[in-house]
Amino acid sequence: MKRFAELIKQLDSTNKTNEKVGALTEYFLNAPDPDKLWTIAILSHRRPKRPVNTTLLREWATELSHIPLWLFEESYHIVGDLAETIALIVPSSKGKTDKSLSEFIAEIIELRELPESAKKAYLHENWLSLNYYERFVFNKIITGGFRIGVSQKLMTRALSKATGIDEDILAYKLMGSWTPPTTTFQQLILEEHESDYLSKPYPFYLAYAVEDDFQEQLGDIQDWSFEHKWDGIRAQVIIRNDEVFVWSRGEELVTDKYPEFQKFLEVVPNGTVLDGEILPFPEGRIGDFNQLQTRIGRKNVSKSLLQKIPVILTAYDLLEWNGEDIRSCPFAERRKLLEQLISKVNSKENHLYLSGSMQFETWEAAASERERAREKRSEGLMIKRKDSPYLVGRKKGDWWKWKTNPFTIDAVLTYAMRGHGRRANLFTDYTFGLWHEGQLVTFAKAYSGLTDAELKEVDAWIKKNTLERFGPVRSVTPFHVFEIAFEGIAKSSRHKSGVATRFPRILRWRKDKPIEEANTLQDLKNLIPE
Amino acid sequence: MTKPLLVFNSKGIYCKQADVYIDAWRPVEKCIVTHGHSDHSRRGHKQYITHHNNIPIIKHRLGDITVSGKEWGETFTINGVTFSLHPAGHIVASSQVRVEYKGEVWVFTGDYKIENDGLSTPYEPIKCHTFITECTFGLPAFKWEPQDDVFNEINGWWARNKDEGRTSLLFGYSLGKAQRLLKHLDTSIGKIYTHGAVEQMTQVLREHYDLPPTELITANTKKEDILGNIVVAPPSAQGSSLMRKIGPNVTASASGWMTFRGARRRRALDRGFVLSDHADWDGLLQAVKETGCEKVIATHGYTEIFSRYLREEMALDARTESTQYEAEQNEAESKKEEGAS
Repeated sequence: MKRFAELIKQLDSTNKTNEKVGALTEYFLNAPDPDKLWTIAILSHRRPKRPVNTTLLREWATELSHIPLWLFEESYHIVGDLAETIALIVPSSKGKTDKSLSEFIAEIIELRELPESAKKAYLHENWLSLNYYERFVFNKIITGGFRIGVSQKLMTRALSKATGIDEDILAYKLMGSWTPPTTTFQQLILEEHESDYLSKPYPFYLAYAVEDDFQEQLGDIQDWSFEHKWDGIRAQVIIRNDEVFVWSRGEELVTDKYPEFQKFLEVVPNGTVLDGEILPFPEGRIGDFNQLQTRIGRKNVSKSLLQKIPVILTAYDLLEWNGEDIRSCPFAERRKLLEQLISKVNSKENHLYLSGSMQFETWEAAASERERAREKRSEGLMIKRKDSPYLVGRKKGDWWKWKTNPFTIDAVLTYAMRGHGRRANLFTDYTFGLWHEGQLVTFAKAYSGLTDAELKEVDAWIKKNTLERFGPVRSVTPFHVFEIAFEGIAKSSRHKSGVATRFPRILRWRKDKPIEEANTLQDLKNLIPE
Repeated sequence: MTKPLLVFNSKGIYCKQADVYIDAWRPVEKCIVTHGHSDHSRRGHKQYITHHNNIPIIKHRLGDITVSGKEWGETFTINGVTFSLHPAGHIVASSQVRVEYKGEVWVFTGDYKIENDGLSTPYEPIKCHTFITECTFGLPAFKWEPQDDVFNEINGWWARNKDEGRTSLLFGYSLGKAQRLLKHLDTSIGKIYTHGAVEQMTQVLREHYDLPPTELITANTKKEDILGNIVVAPPSAQGSSLMRKIGPNVTASASGWMTFRGARRRRALDRGFVLSDHADWDGLLQAVKETGCEKVIATHGYTEIFSRYLREEMALDARTESTQYEAEQNEAESKKEEGAS
């Protein structure tokens, strides 16, 4: 644990990517294998199940600190992170543990099955014997969500430096449903096992948003192929050995959620991997993302839901064909194979469609197709270089997304909440209302879009103009108008306003507008497509 | 019920009987000033009363003012009200103000810390009936480590940066924190360079305080000369053109707010050292207890939380008053600095 806590402290002590990679590399070179494996697991969000709920964690930490519970809660609202709050509040210690990270995690896994009194005793004992960073790390492992400014990519880069294995190969090895109890560092990272690869997806290639003068940057339009950008779930569907595996972009195996895709077995040969978008397809046409939400949340999908909101895969790339990794073939060739494959498929019957590709003579023609995106239920256009290989991760140059301009509406700031992480103790999470019968009705929350300077200014204003406090939330005097942008809009019975918006964020602070000139709920409803 | 000895009005903390203000935030006739930070010593009062070592500081900031200086514990009486200044340990020459009238004693702390920082005259608890206290860090999440441990870390950090061929860039208020840093930096590691605001204030303080040599960074200072040494600068200098001149560097801030990982990440600093010139949670509680007071008024910081704790857990008559001293705003560092330089 000492070594791991020291690593986290080092990662915390620099704002420079190279130094973070250096500290991780050092760790991967020197730590014992079981600890390395758990470190990889934790930094790729494979944490052990939470052994204690957060209510109990708060109570027990409060007890140990000899403070009233309300004071703990107030502190938590301000610190903005439970693991950090507990680490700060319990009595300090110099740290005297010799147990390793993996030993700790083994204990934490066993803890889940123990009676409450034993859990409490275990936590109290460790809180009192670990130093600040060890305690923080210990709490983070228990509460989960180990987000500490180290991406999986950065971790993979360090692992590559430490092992000499290519980064892309490591990214591939790290995908899938492995957990430390089911493998070893040797097995997962160092050894080659073909059978392990049966269900393994390829790392997704992600597009960049186009930049201001991208038409010039991209050069000859003939080099590029266009598609609509679908608003669903990015997925890879793997057909190998008469089995179907569905992977979402979050590297989650979601096969069971989409039983429709079992139909692929009838039409897609073994040794095929498709890249595409899962889309809701009620009444034989593409629905809105909101409808897909009802599918995402369910582990077991009911028959009626399957009928009401079936899904399809709109495929746009082929990564493996005849059991061969063809990612290095040019995009145009992969497309040709994909088109041949899908041309033989009864799309309706088998839930498998082709995302049509388009060619344009001029950027003007492309732009006018982009204008039609909303009619076609897409979010804009994808631009892909015809001769590009399928790369790993977000790499600039070959795939671009050219989204439609978002919807916008002017709304009034009504509530604010303290942020988390680097925004802890600043009021950065806002709720916005629109006028309806003389009242402001909440329609969206937004967290992003303001500069740091603007955030500080709004934060200071909120602190001076608070009406009421509800725990971490404050209601504020309606005064400020913000232009809110969002990508999609649909009716919703789950929202008070009756409207759900997708990706709402702040576009501009409209200091020029008095609240009376903010939009109405009816204005918002008028944006809902027929 | 008798009228309170001190009230909070639109101009500041006011003693009606003596017609005197303490740390007023609007211009007044006569004002007792606890210390030199700009939110406590404002421009425009006709007459200032403060500790004599604070005079050069506020004159540096406010120009030619009418000011009379007092010793620690020296009493002065205005219309039957006896006043005296007592060390607050916040920064050099920072005072608490004791006010006594007909046997009733009130103390206003200004800003204070309990630990002896080796430069400021250390905090002294003063018995009183009503204790007006700041509580900038009035949350149990704030617990300071002993100063020696923190400076071991800071000096260790500097030495490591030097070994790696980089300059250390350390941010702290130009009045108070900067000199505390200077005092305890290990000059066997290298030289201390300063930003203009820090250098000017340090020169003012050299009159009364023993501080190590510093060198101001000017347009003529060479990058190669600075390399591996340490630069002390106010937080507002982060990202300024002067700082960009420095070459390969590692940044850190020394502040109580560095307790929060989020605060450091938000400011894009490499390192945060938890070093504060205010009392931490235990320090605040200790201070309240040692005064033996019955009533507490919390002025700036987490006032509502702190006073609720005093009411519910310590059975004290505690309430809050709003002032214009900066505290909830933890990013106020840079604002404070503009006034101070």
